[in-house]
Amino acid sequence: MKYSSVFEIIGPVMVGPSSSHTAGALVIGRLARKMFGRKPDQAMITLYGSFANTYHGHGTDIAIVGGILDLDTNDEKVIQSFELAQQMGINIQFELSEIQKRHPNTAQIELSDAHGKLVIVGISLGGGKVQIISVNGFELNLTGESPTLLVLHEDRAGMIAKVAGLLGNHNINIGHMEVSRKDRGSEALMAIETDQLVSEELMREIEDMTHILMVSGFTC
Amino acid sequence: MFQTIEDIIQLADNSNDSISEIMMKQEEMISGRSRLEIWSRMESIFDVMERAIEKGTTENVVSRSGLSGGSAVKVAEYLELKKTLSGPTILSAVKNALATSEVNAAMGIICATPTAGAAGVVPGCLFSARDTLSLTKEQQIRFLFTTGAIGYVIANQATVSGAVGGCQAEIGSATAMAAGALVEAAGGSAMQSAHAISFALQSMLGLVCDPVAGLVEIPCIQRNATGASIAMVAADMALAGCEFPIPADEVIEAMYNVGKTIPYTLRETALGGLAKTKTGKSMAQRISSDKQ
Repeated sequence: MKYSSVFEIIGPVMVGPSSSHTAGALVIGRLARKMFGRKPDQAMITLYGSFANTYHGHGTDIAIVGGILDLDTNDEKVIQSFELAQQMGINIQFELSEIQKRHPNTAQIELSDAHGKLVIVGISLGGGKVQIISVNGFELNLTGESPTLLVLHEDRAGMIAKVAGLLGNHNINIGHMEVSRKDRGSEALMAIETDQLVSEELMREIEDMTHILMVSGFTC
Repeated sequence: MFQTIEDIIQLADNSNDSISEIMMKQEEMISGRSRLEIWSRMESIFDVMERAIEKGTTENVVSRSGLSGGSAVKVAEYLELKKTLSGPTILSAVKNALATSEVNAAMGIICATPTAGAAGVVPGCLFSARDTLSLTKEQQIRFLFTTGAIGYVIANQATVSGAVGGCQAEIGSATAMAAGALVEAAGGSAMQSAHAISFALQSMLGLVCDPVAGLVEIPCIQRNATGASIAMVAADMALAGCEFPIPADEVIEAMYNVGKTIPYTLRETALGGLAKTKTGKSMAQRISSDKQ
């Protein structure tokens, strides 16, 4: 089901003009910010297809930066997002790409600071609904609507059972789960959408398990 | 749980529930939230819609590009003359739709129904029909849940994205949502709502998305206005007992299939249609030079 709530149809309440190119773009930027988990020093945004052709008219650039500042779609400050980013010392760069992606409304966002970097690709499905289709090169399908756990680990047998088992012990229910890897035996990424929030301590507990490289969690 | 318009009709016949009731019950089940929470959230959306119409009909709303603004105020003044061609109910729906879409174009606050580009049609019809049908506040909120149920089917079975399915997927869906809800508000059956959905959508099959300079202004604002008028006519035809021989779900499927054949240049990329007229291109040039 692409849309599950009536408020995805009658909604979002938002700063205009476009739900796919303004509100949806903002949500993609905001998911990047939530995944990164802190204010970035640098943001590199690449727009494709209809985003690239009509970004200025729709305020797509203004909206994505508003999301990176963790603003909501109905926040009137979104219009000044470029000035706000400058005041906060965030360096913003845009690039328009000619490459035609599978979906016309596609954006890649790279956030970085001294401690690390995150690269995500998001698509805006229309009506303000979005999907994150790749995280640091791992192919996925995340909506970010429920709490999400990202577990980077070595590609070994039994890893899924271990992590899912631990979540089960803390009666965390898994709503949606994907495992994605670039090539066999190297690294793999688990993306787990849960019904309950996963605590910091539990995330650290997972991170301490063998073959687990990094654990991060976010919710929109 | 419903996936299609046919499901809604069956549920309505078996349970005697209205479409708004069916939508609220499903929302309670899926979201796990209480009826009160769901209802008050829709009430806050109703307030956003009312404020946008108020702003668009009283203030001098002009978009950042300068391409739009002022139409709603003109229609509001014209309505005072009382001897209009299309009558107060349709024309005030047009006025409300223009107001909402002009506020949207000027980066004001609106509610996407189902998208921002088509945000004027549903409130346009609601805030006119409430006077004509003297609807209670409860009926007005229920109207929005009914439009939500219809949009829910279209969005999940087809698309509501102009970039994927053309303007027929945005304005066409919004018009069908409003038409179906108008029928229910006027006391019509779920089956009559389904016919109104078909009357609305069949009149927009193939409608391309060709925004001048890629903005959500020309012809989007004007199509919200004509969409609102079409929704009113579609609802009246269904209430008169007229029936559309092709079931609503198949009309929706036809819209989806037509959308897939619409060329890339006419799916919100501003590379065809009105966007490529002499005047449309000169507007785009002027705006992109302002932008530098």
